Amino acid sequence: MPVDAIVQVKDVGKIYEGGVEALADISLALPQGKLSTLLGPSGCGKTTLLKIIAGLIPPSRGEIWVKGKKVGGPGPERAFVFQDFALLPWANVVRNVAFGLELRGLPKEERDAIARKYIAEVGLASFESSYPHQLSGGMRQRVGLARALAVDADIILMDEPFSSVDEQTRRKFQEELLDLLRHKRKTVIFVTHSIEEAAYLSDQIMLLSPRPGTLSKIVEPNIHREGRSPDEIRRDKNYLDAVDEIWQILKHYV
Amino acid sequence: MILFGKKIPILFSLAVWFFAWEIAGRVELSTIVPPVSRVIAAGITIIPTEKFGAAVAISLRSFAVGMALALLIGIPLGFLMARLPAAGKILGMWVNIFVSAPISALVPILMAVIGIGETTVVVTVFLFAVFVIILDTQVGVKQADRSLVEMARCFGARPYQLYTKVLFLSALPEILAGVRLGVIRGVKGVVIGQLLIAILGVGELFELYSQNFLMEEFWALVIIVFMFAFAVSEAIAFLERRVEYYASAR
Repeated sequence: MPVDAIVQVKDVGKIYEGGVEALADISLALPQGKLSTLLGPSGCGKTTLLKIIAGLIPPSRGEIWVKGKKVGGPGPERAFVFQDFALLPWANVVRNVAFGLELRGLPKEERDAIARKYIAEVGLASFESSYPHQLSGGMRQRVGLARALAVDADIILMDEPFSSVDEQTRRKFQEELLDLLRHKRKTVIFVTHSIEEAAYLSDQIMLLSPRPGTLSKIVEPNIHREGRSPDEIRRDKNYLDAVDEIWQILKHYV
Repeated sequence: MILFGKKIPILFSLAVWFFAWEIAGRVELSTIVPPVSRVIAAGITIIPTEKFGAAVAISLRSFAVGMALALLIGIPLGFLMARLPAAGKILGMWVNIFVSAPISALVPILMAVIGIGETTVVVTVFLFAVFVIILDTQVGVKQADRSLVEMARCFGARPYQLYTKVLFLSALPEILAGVRLGVIRGVKGVVIGQLLIAILGVGELFELYSQNFLMEEFWALVIIVFMFAFAVSEAIAFLERRVEYYASAR
């Protein structure tokens, strides 16, 4: 395994109650400061694997190592962005973003100040006192992202964060996400079922086979992103090759 | 209410019914229906009396103690049943039986066991109110968004934080609905308990008035009890409206 792997998945398998085998013997090394994507058809266990890494679901076999330590539950070095946003409906944007800090017992002024900083970074500065039901899907997910950034975790786990967001919002959000995360040198583990999204965002893409999920291939798009516009990236040969390579493998699973 | 294209205030409907009642009383339709004006007059005379004050005090005390017990036991039990499947299975059937059972039928047994006194009324109030509170709390906690629970765990919530900061607030609309129904049942519990015991509080007054055929006083007391039940229920409905903004958005 590479020395700079911040998260290591060692021989992880998951069998749900009732005997459904979701994952079989997966081993992965996720490099520090990179965006790694888990990609695969529906039901390949990619969300299960992400939640196992998050410590939300116990694996049936195998181990998760984070920053050189074996982990058995959630931890402050990992933050999660949920597919359905998981915002507290009774709390406004500031309180939602500050929630992780509130749980850690930070005083209100302190945590609200931190929350406001991240709310501005995700572009929601004028919506601080809005409630989730007053926001669009894209804005809600920005709140979810700000909440994950606010706890200053090294690793951000994102479970299909853009799947309930419309296409224009999704593209804009993807670009901003890239900017923001590279700037902050976070390690990101991203789950998606969109080939284009995976190729566009990722440094490394881990393709999973259908149930029970196994690692079928690792694709490294090797796209040069610095100083290039999204449209240039989408016309890049490496981007197009990566999309094609992934599709050649995934089409056998459809 | 809208009549002939115009909005009619709620009070208008009340006025119409009172007017009809007054007429029915004046034409002496039945000896048990005195005119409403005389009922109100009787109400004004009985309210300042010492007997009435004592009856209200003891009734309110039984109600308050019974309700407090129902809340203190009902809400945690609802949580327990929602979070521990085994507890839900064991207790669920009983709660469902008792929530629909005619608790009034148990009062004579309570009298035999606990004695003829205030405690029996407190227990009656408790039994009237507690089951619907348990049931609604359980539903509210069970329906709490699973991903909110995951989110809280993920961000490091300790168990007590999960309960106070996520599950309780998430279930609050259902809990309040249960409390409102519980309060309405609790008022019934006081009256029925005291009526069956017949020597306590408002129940004693009801007995006294109906035995001596004091219909004006009797109806005045009915109206006062109705108004109390309505006022408490509206107070909780007010709280419910305050959480409405997120109840529908969960």
